[in-house]
Amino acid sequence: MPALSVSSIIGIWVDRMQIARVIGTVVSTQKHAKFHGAKLMLVQPLGIDDAPRGVALLAVDGVGAGVHEKVLIVLEGRAAGEALGRKAAPVDAAIIGIIDQVDVHGDL
Amino acid sequence: MQIAKVVGDVVATRKDENLAGLKLLILQPLTPAGEAVGRTLVAVDSAGAGVGETVFFVRGKEASFPFYPVEAPVDAGIVGIVDHWDLG
Repeated sequence: MPALSVSSIIGIWVDRMQIARVIGTVVSTQKHAKFHGAKLMLVQPLGIDDAPRGVALLAVDGVGAGVHEKVLIVLEGRAAGEALGRKAAPVDAAIIGIIDQVDVHGDL
Repeated sequence: MQIAKVVGDVVATRKDENLAGLKLLILQPLTPAGEAVGRTLVAVDSAGAGVGETVFFVRGKEASFPFYPVEAPVDAGIVGIVDHWDLG
C-alpha cells in the first residue's frame, strides 16, 4: 500500500502544475510587503473534462490573466516566487500561463 | 493561498524559541462563496490580522519566510487581510 502524505489526505497541493479557471479577483490593502503590486486571483482547478476539481484557491498572477480565462497554475513556493519576480516571497501558488488550447489524445 | 476567516487565537507560553513573539490564530478556510470548507487550522500571523477578519494565508515552508532569518517552525501563515473579493 502506498504511503499517504498529508497533502494526499487533504486532497490539494498534490499536483504541482495544474489547469485552472480564473473565477475572481481579490483586493487586499494590508498585506506582506512582498505582495505589493501583485495581482491576486481566485482560481478553480479543473479536471481534464473542464469540471471543477478540489477547492478554489488564491494565486498571484505573473502573466496578466483575466477573469474567465483558462490558465496554467503552479502550486509550489519557489516557482510561485519566481513568477512574482521576488525571491523568498511567502507565496505558494501562481498563474504562470494562459492556455490557448488543450488537446487530449486517446482515451482517458 | 486560500481565503479564510480568523475564528480564534491561540496562547502558548511554553513553545519553540523561534516562535517567540509570533501571533497564532485559528483559521477557517472559505470557499469563494464565503462558506466554510475543510478543517480549521492554526496559522502564524505576518499581516497584523485579528479575530473576525477575512484573510488569505499561505501553506508550507513559505509561511516562515516573513520571519527570516529566524527559522520559525510553522507551515501556515497569514500574509494579507482581504478587503473584498469579486467573482466574475
